[in-house]
Amino acid sequence: MPSAPSSIDWFPLWLSLRVAGIATLIVLTLGTAIAYLLSHKTFRGKEAADSLITLPLVLPPTVLGYYLLVLLGRNSGLGHIYQSLFGQPLVFTWQAAVVAAVLHSAPIYIKGARTVLEAVDYRFEWVAHSLGASEWRTFSRITLPLAWRGLSSLASLCFARSLGDFGITMMVAGNIPGRTQTLSVAIFDAVESGNGQMARVLVLIMSATALILLWAASRLSRPTARPSHNG
Amino acid sequence: MSSPPIKIDARLLKRLSAGGETEAFELNVHLKSDAATTVLWGASGAGKTLALNCLGGFSTPTEGRILVNDQLYFDGATGVNLPPRHRRCGYMFQDHALFPHMTVRENLKFAAASARHNSRLDKHRRMNDLLEAFDLTDLAQRKPAQLSGGEKQRAALARMLVGDPYLLLLDEPTRGLDARLRQAFYEVLRTTRERSQAPIVLVTHDLEECMQLADHVCLMEAGRFVQSGPREQVFARPATLEVARALGIYNLLPATVSALDPGRDTSSLDIAGSQLQGRYLKGQLIGDQGYLCVRQTEARLLPNIGRREPNQLLLRTTGTVPSAQGVKVLLEYDAAATVSEDEYTHLRGEDVLKLEIPPSAVYFIPKK
Repeated sequence: MPSAPSSIDWFPLWLSLRVAGIATLIVLTLGTAIAYLLSHKTFRGKEAADSLITLPLVLPPTVLGYYLLVLLGRNSGLGHIYQSLFGQPLVFTWQAAVVAAVLHSAPIYIKGARTVLEAVDYRFEWVAHSLGASEWRTFSRITLPLAWRGLSSLASLCFARSLGDFGITMMVAGNIPGRTQTLSVAIFDAVESGNGQMARVLVLIMSATALILLWAASRLSRPTARPSHNG
Repeated sequence: MSSPPIKIDARLLKRLSAGGETEAFELNVHLKSDAATTVLWGASGAGKTLALNCLGGFSTPTEGRILVNDQLYFDGATGVNLPPRHRRCGYMFQDHALFPHMTVRENLKFAAASARHNSRLDKHRRMNDLLEAFDLTDLAQRKPAQLSGGEKQRAALARMLVGDPYLLLLDEPTRGLDARLRQAFYEVLRTTRERSQAPIVLVTHDLEECMQLADHVCLMEAGRFVQSGPREQVFARPATLEVARALGIYNLLPATVSALDPGRDTSSLDIAGSQLQGRYLKGQLIGDQGYLCVRQTEARLLPNIGRREPNQLLLRTTGTVPSAQGVKVLLEYDAAATVSEDEYTHLRGEDVLKLEIPPSAVYFIPKK
């Protein structure tokens, strides 16, 4: 890109989009499964599990980052397993930034998805079961399509939030230009080093992306269909 | 057509502990019926829907045993608890719960694909057959939101029958419908009968509906059956004063047994000094106190002129209220009789009227 100002490095933007995209996919699958358990099952310690899931929303990023370092660091069990599988440690790689983004966005998604799934009228699911449909079939053909709009809206929020993580990423992925430096970290770096133009451009890109995602989220969050009560 | 009737034998005990705004509740019933249509009738909060949900597998009884057609659905003692999808129970809600994101055909297709018995071809044939039988062929491509109330009823019934269920569970299917749609529903229910051998268990608080549809009636109150049996028997012979009062279609007058003649199969009741002839009362003694129970529609109200014939009581009027069928004349002892507007012109202004009760309608409920 010869016409672009030479002082702007686009790597952080692409990395951030990739990290947020992968994190969103992970949260969508895992988070929807957890939200389904919370909304449709009764088990001991359910509300405790809900509190645990909410915890990352209120803890400072440094605390979360610290936990991740302990949990996934080179000397931890999980860290060892990861290293033997992929031949490199997890911490201070861009993959660690994905883990950070997941931790940053999953609580909001799961809490929202639980509400969305609970709002699907149970009668549709009962009817499906009574017709002989398995739980998976009921979920994939009835519950999910009826919750689709709500979940998509949450996914777009989740993507925006993944894009915006700074603290946890700093702690576990660090600030290695060209390797782990995401957009929000790059902004911090640009401001620190007095690169005003870079900071301004990245801040504007970040704000515009977030705004578009929020607009999409609110467009999608119109209520899902429910049974009519006319006669 | 000559296959033996499907029997339901369900002993259900379900305790719900108090929590939040709900009070503790105990459902304790024994539903035994081989009738084509069994109606659970009762006020809201009587436990009708809970009983239905236990049959369908959506609520697990605390104790009990559910047998449908020799198939064990639930047994508290041995821990058998068939999940809803293995029970082959058609379930229908008041608002039909058609899947809103699917067309009528897709709704039926979902049912066909979900059913785990019968061959693919069979199910496909049955689906088309049902679309036709319920007059849905032209509506098959429509989504539920584009259907009228009556069309939704038909689609929901057809969907329920695709999987060839053993048992049909209907939870207040006509609540909130106007009289015309209600009647239309009873009509399609007849189509349902022709297409399926499965017995229907229907929950309602509507007495008219109960009368129209039921072969077997279970009257429910506070989680219990206060009376159950064939419809004619239950309505002709309410077991207790409380049942008769709850049904609200009887005149109940305090009475004393004054004569008994088993040879001639006659008896006599003394009601405030007037004698009323009826059939012999088995198990009663002269002097027994209780209530005369007679269907309001079986008693005739006449002006108090001319000689008093046998089986005519003189009762003071206490007022009138307009009714859908004419005029409801209120009498002492909380009795009432409904007459047409025309008949009422002959009764207007009278303080005392004659209530004629044919001997065949005389039924005596002894005091406990």
